[in-house]
Amino acid sequence: MTGARLAVLGVGAVGRSVVELAAEYGHTITAVADSSSAAIDADGIDTEAVLDRKADEGVVGDADPDDALDADYDVLVEATPTTLGDAEPGFSHVAHALNRDKHAVLANKGPVAERYGDLRELEADSDGQIRFEATVGGAIPICSTIDDFGPDHITAARGVLNGTANFILSRMAAEGLDYDHVLAEAQDLGVAEADPTFDVEGIDAALKFVILSNVLADGDEEYTLDDATVEGITDIPGTALELAAEDGRTIRLIGEATPEGVSVGPRLVPDDGPLSVTGTLNIVQLETTHAGRLNISGRGAGGPETATAVLSDVSRLTQ
Amino acid sequence: MSDTASEVQTHTIRLELVDEPGELLGALEPISEAGGNLMSIYHERGNVTPRGHIPVEVDVSCAPDRFDRIVDSLREAGVNVIQAGSERYDEELVVLLVGHLVDTDLSDTLQQVEACANASLTDLSLSAPRGNDDSSSARMRLKTKSGTTDAVLSTLREIADGKDLHVIEPLTEGTQ
Repeated sequence: MTGARLAVLGVGAVGRSVVELAAEYGHTITAVADSSSAAIDADGIDTEAVLDRKADEGVVGDADPDDALDADYDVLVEATPTTLGDAEPGFSHVAHALNRDKHAVLANKGPVAERYGDLRELEADSDGQIRFEATVGGAIPICSTIDDFGPDHITAARGVLNGTANFILSRMAAEGLDYDHVLAEAQDLGVAEADPTFDVEGIDAALKFVILSNVLADGDEEYTLDDATVEGITDIPGTALELAAEDGRTIRLIGEATPEGVSVGPRLVPDDGPLSVTGTLNIVQLETTHAGRLNISGRGAGGPETATAVLSDVSRLTQ
Repeated sequence: MSDTASEVQTHTIRLELVDEPGELLGALEPISEAGGNLMSIYHERGNVTPRGHIPVEVDVSCAPDRFDRIVDSLREAGVNVIQAGSERYDEELVVLLVGHLVDTDLSDTLQQVEACANASLTDLSLSAPRGNDDSSSARMRLKTKSGTTDAVLSTLREIADGKDLHVIEPLTEGTQ
């Protein structure tokens, strides 16, 4: 879809970057909303002014955030924070767009991981489509690669889909430091959030592999976070990485989406293998039925990176 | 890559040869031609099978996908293959064990691992910090019977769970 009118919900790193980059992709922003305010203009908002106001005053405009849902748009971009369980309010935002026969592009993992079946049902009754490349692996085209091959031709996905945990493990291995030291460093650098629970306990990675499982199952089965076996990296001492290194190996937080289910946990991998990416890089391996293994790696997080995936999704929408 | 090498397995092939000059050499050629690496040959000249043939046991190392080709080429060369595929050397499994290893009686943990029928411990490295408060790590190298890796890992997990230890398992797929 070219020249689309976008309504962006959520003005965190991703939402902000979508607003900034939309014009470069030939799209117009007709509405922006954060949790307390909205800016709406059917002819296109002044994106710079809106983002300046957000930075200065903490609001994007004078309108009510709910009004953004009813604004004039072709595509709703759902970039509010990921929530679990009923995945609200993200789920209702997407439902609202589909009920209006509009498209929805999600950067919010909650609805896709926790309520995939509900989403697909709403989509089936709508002229709108949903896409969610940005929910898995930031800029890396994973969902679209699965689409291209067809879910029937991918038997499993595995890899590293959390940059924070990967940064911590690779720094622990390289510097011989303990978890707490490296976590503090990661927080100083802005790689880890003040509350890193989602990342270091493996929940963020698990949500992404749940989403991949849903895509791969293609409606035959539905997964949620409750179906995943999840283990984080907080209990790994520096000595474990030393012992692994002595043997030509290292430890990575590896997720797997296979017909047996979804799991995330620390695993021993060869030091020189493709899965031992360093720093905040992500990698996904797809097992194909006739073409062996695909390794796709790149930047799995960040505002402009994830916004790139959102805007690519907008281009992929038909009609 | 390290794990590609570990995929190479040693297989034992039992052959029966007619007691004539050149028979042994003729039987070995197809093996090397098909990409197998001869590890050992046990040629029991004193023994004769009921059919009057001489039994020969050959250990060959090769990648799994080559093995069938080797056996096929032996049969095509007219060699009587009695048994193929029983693996003499077992698979190796490296795992890390993390937690309060010393406080939870490491030697008892290792005995439990060894008692598990399908694994034997061939190497152990322990890294324990000075204080008792911090958790320590151990790297265990286990020999396992082929095809039992999953069962061994699940037994290891049980033993570890009982002592509040963590097993860091190798990723068995996708490491190439």
